[in-house]
Amino acid sequence: MKYLILIHSNPKSRAVWETLTDEQRHAFGKGHMELSAALAESGELVVSEGLVDPSLAKWVSVRDDRTLTSDGPFAEAKEHLAGFYLVECESYERAVEIAARAPDALYGAVEVRPVLDMSTWDL
Amino acid sequence: MTPSVEDLLRDLAPQVLGALVRRYGGFDTCEDAAQEALLAAALQWPEEGLPDNPRGWLITVASRRRTELWRTDTARRRREENLAVQAPPAPEPLPAVDDTLALFLLCCHPALTGVSQVALTLRAVGGLGTGEIARAFLVPESTVGQRISRAKQRIRASGAEFRMPPPEELPERVATVLRVLYLIFTEGHTASSGTALNRVDLTTEAIRLTRQLHTRLPDDGEVTGLLALMLLTDARRPARTLPNGALVPLAEQDRSRWDAPAITEGKELITTALATARIGPYQLQAAIAAVHAEAATSEDTDWYQILGLYTLLDSIAPGPMVSLNRVVAHAMVHGPHAALGQLAEAERDPALAGHHRVHAVRAHLLDQAGERDAAREAYLLAARTTLSLPEQRYLEARARAVADSGTDRPSTGGQD
Repeated sequence: MKYLILIHSNPKSRAVWETLTDEQRHAFGKGHMELSAALAESGELVVSEGLVDPSLAKWVSVRDDRTLTSDGPFAEAKEHLAGFYLVECESYERAVEIAARAPDALYGAVEVRPVLDMSTWDL
Repeated sequence: MTPSVEDLLRDLAPQVLGALVRRYGGFDTCEDAAQEALLAAALQWPEEGLPDNPRGWLITVASRRRTELWRTDTARRRREENLAVQAPPAPEPLPAVDDTLALFLLCCHPALTGVSQVALTLRAVGGLGTGEIARAFLVPESTVGQRISRAKQRIRASGAEFRMPPPEELPERVATVLRVLYLIFTEGHTASSGTALNRVDLTTEAIRLTRQLHTRLPDDGEVTGLLALMLLTDARRPARTLPNGALVPLAEQDRSRWDAPAITEGKELITTALATARIGPYQLQAAIAAVHAEAATSEDTDWYQILGLYTLLDSIAPGPMVSLNRVVAHAMVHGPHAALGQLAEAERDPALAGHHRVHAVRAHLLDQAGERDAAREAYLLAARTTLSLPEQRYLEARARAVADSGTDRPSTGGQD
């Protein structure tokens, strides 16, 4: 089963980030790198990326066959996606275990969502 | 590559690897060498034609490659210097021992995780390349490479050997192989597998590998049962999706589109197994699939027999999905109201509490009982909580149908 581990950024997590020392911030980044390396080593990592600031996002829509883009985010968006891990592992429990190793879980909460599965129908 | 060269290579893959490990030991290096020999053959044979002795050719090339790999291993260089340099062996130097079964057991060793067992089995026994496995599972090639190398490390670390386990361990070890093959099959049993170009057909591969295992263990009823179950389930594939990818539940499938030869073969296999072998869960599931296959229309389904088989399955291999399917069969025999009571009973199992399949079954039962509002709510709840996208679409469509019309009869639960 594949699981997406989502790391959100929200006012609370940003406030916590402000209070961290340089050393703690360094450990934070290193924690993510170590987690990615460990998951690659165990063969559980599908892909993991951090995302740039949402002010660099573009919103895309197609109207009358024309592609329209506009810049984001919208002013009221307080929470945005900051990064993710797509893992394939044995169980939901294991995915939670992996999520618990994301440094963000120490300060806020990390979201784990099972990926929709096409394989279990009609057996 | 022509299909025939590909098929030949895939059939020879476990034999070549088996011969190599038998001669040299060291499963991991031999596995790499065998892969490279298969790759070389895949490139050369379509151009230059088949060699006189394809198996001997592969063993020779793989042996040479294995020697090279072994030489580059600096830790061993000194030892090697003290030994005569190993000349590549002559073609066909070994008795034609069939090591496929030992290879299956090693790849599905209990020390490995499920995903590693799957990857290693597909590569070492199935002869698939790492890239092909990666495309089949929609994960990066490096991920599959890591899973395979980790699996080989673990095999080495756990001291697992390339030989047959003692007879008393065999049933348990074979059961693990069956679980891995079943995993490969279910992964391949997807609505999208037919359309994705370049995706190895895992269903076909699982059937091919199970057939190989069946050839080695013809008297094992569970191996036969799993092969029959796969054939009978896969036989419905042409009817289970619409061209747009939407799912068609069992009760609504156009049965004329089922694969008749596969059904015939599956039925013959399960009939033999049930008559001769000790009964087991795969055989019972295959028997249930056979009862469905025997019904010319959904209405002709022998639900008494299916209920009996589920009751038997529930007694020898109880599980949440078995209880749930038994409730569906119960509804077909004794009506939706009786089954709703059974469902409430089954839901006390923590594994089922709040499970989307419970919601889906409840929705179908309420629908059959004519309780449209409650059915619609349950369909929507099931749609929200399922992990399967085609199932989600199907359940949402059912919810709409219940809302739109009181006469639209539901299917019998979609699954058998």
